[in-house]
Amino acid sequence: MLLIKCPHCGPRNSNEFTYNGEVIPRPGMDVDPSMWRRYLYMKTNAAGWQSERWFHVSGCRRFLLIERNQDTNEIRMIRAYGSQS
Amino acid sequence: MYRYGRAVKRGPDMTRQQRFSAWSLFTHGLRKTPWPTVWEPHALQSSYDVVIVGGGIHGLATAYYLARNHGITKVAVLEKSYIGSGGSGRNTTIIRSNYLTTEGSRFYDRSVKLYEHLAADLNFNVMFEQRGHMTLAHTDSSLRTMRWRAEVNKFEGIDSDVIDPDEIKKLAPYLDVSDHPRYPILGALWHPPGGIVRHDAVVWGYARAAAALGVHVHQETELLGIDIESENVVGVQTSRGPISTPTVINCTAGWASLISAMAGVTLPITTRPLQAAVTEPVKHFLHPVIVSGSLHTYVSQTARGELVFGASVDPFASYSTMGSLEFATGLANHVVELMPAVSNMRLLRQWAGLCDMTPDFGPIIGPTPVEGFYVDVGWGTYGFKAGPVAGESVADMIANGRPGRLIESFGLDRFEKGTLTAEKGAAAVGH
Repeated sequence: MLLIKCPHCGPRNSNEFTYNGEVIPRPGMDVDPSMWRRYLYMKTNAAGWQSERWFHVSGCRRFLLIERNQDTNEIRMIRAYGSQS
Repeated sequence: MYRYGRAVKRGPDMTRQQRFSAWSLFTHGLRKTPWPTVWEPHALQSSYDVVIVGGGIHGLATAYYLARNHGITKVAVLEKSYIGSGGSGRNTTIIRSNYLTTEGSRFYDRSVKLYEHLAADLNFNVMFEQRGHMTLAHTDSSLRTMRWRAEVNKFEGIDSDVIDPDEIKKLAPYLDVSDHPRYPILGALWHPPGGIVRHDAVVWGYARAAAALGVHVHQETELLGIDIESENVVGVQTSRGPISTPTVINCTAGWASLISAMAGVTLPITTRPLQAAVTEPVKHFLHPVIVSGSLHTYVSQTARGELVFGASVDPFASYSTMGSLEFATGLANHVVELMPAVSNMRLLRQWAGLCDMTPDFGPIIGPTPVEGFYVDVGWGTYGFKAGPVAGESVADMIANGRPGRLIESFGLDRFEKGTLTAEKGAAAVGH
């Protein structure tokens, strides 16, 4: 079980959320299709800290930016998209 | 280095092993001599023709087929822990070839054929039991997919058919085929050549057979770095010292992204834990392997009598192999819905293995942009059943310099070209 402290709803079990994977910078519109495919498919898949996107599907239905350690599942930062804190 | 018995004699650089047979069992019993070690550790050489990273079924099978089929014996297998300590020792040992695409069916059919003769090839009892593999359909749409899969399989000459609840009841009497459950059983894809095998024996058998041909299996030897000069592999750094080699094959699962990153190669892989569990042993009552996609579970009974359960991968990526209560409770609910009679059985333990998931559920086998660095990774939840054919195909690719027909559609470049494999039948349960 992974406890996620949602900035809107408080601490909730991770099974309320859907995992959208690591955050990868999106390329510009002018790059060729192979670069777009690289953006779509290629992952760092770090065995350490990773920035990732989650969706609180059974809660506030907001996207969250989370920094989680893939080795230990420890979470050090959670913030709602569009907020600075 | 130690050695038992008189039968083990050592040649200049290889071990002459005693053959296992009923006669050798009998004479050992009479003489009461201890069995010889299965293979012996070697000193790390300063150079090898091929270095294989990962001492699981893929790495050891690759080493064995390189030596046996192609005479390439100056091979080192590097394993950071003990052999079979990763996915090869954590899977649920199911073998099948009833895939959805022709590429998948052909590939896994070859694997089943290799498994059928593996015990004789390796002179090691791998306990392969072809009990039949039954994938249950609980909805009209999954029944339709079963028919589709059966027709693709038949076209490839694979024994596979859709059966109705009466036949299911005959094959597995303890399944509840009534219309009471929330997900009633409407039919099943029945695949008689499928079955289970002793996973540790497969690993040990390959290691022993490869070692007999001169391959060095180095346990507790961790890869620390890959040396590259002008886009060519020249060697590796290990926890026991450097090795110079022109060829490195990444045969790891769970750590595929990290090993490839040492060579500067990025992979389209996310690592997800998959949990499994085993019950206390009971008298044999379940013959075939039962899979339910809708209930996210698969069940088989081992030769020892335990029920082995597996599920789909965990809902988020992680390198942690910690088990979760959600898995155990969800699994229990689903299994009891399938077979109400097992509700009083107790779980003995649960564990997790790491699965390297690719975007199209197809593996990644082939060369990379770095000359001499090959990958055999991305095996998701279906790596164990592919071990022999992957080893044979990778060995063939190393010896001939290019991927063969069975694996040519699984190259790393398919992701940039946009030619994904779409193997929806790869995963036994939904992901």
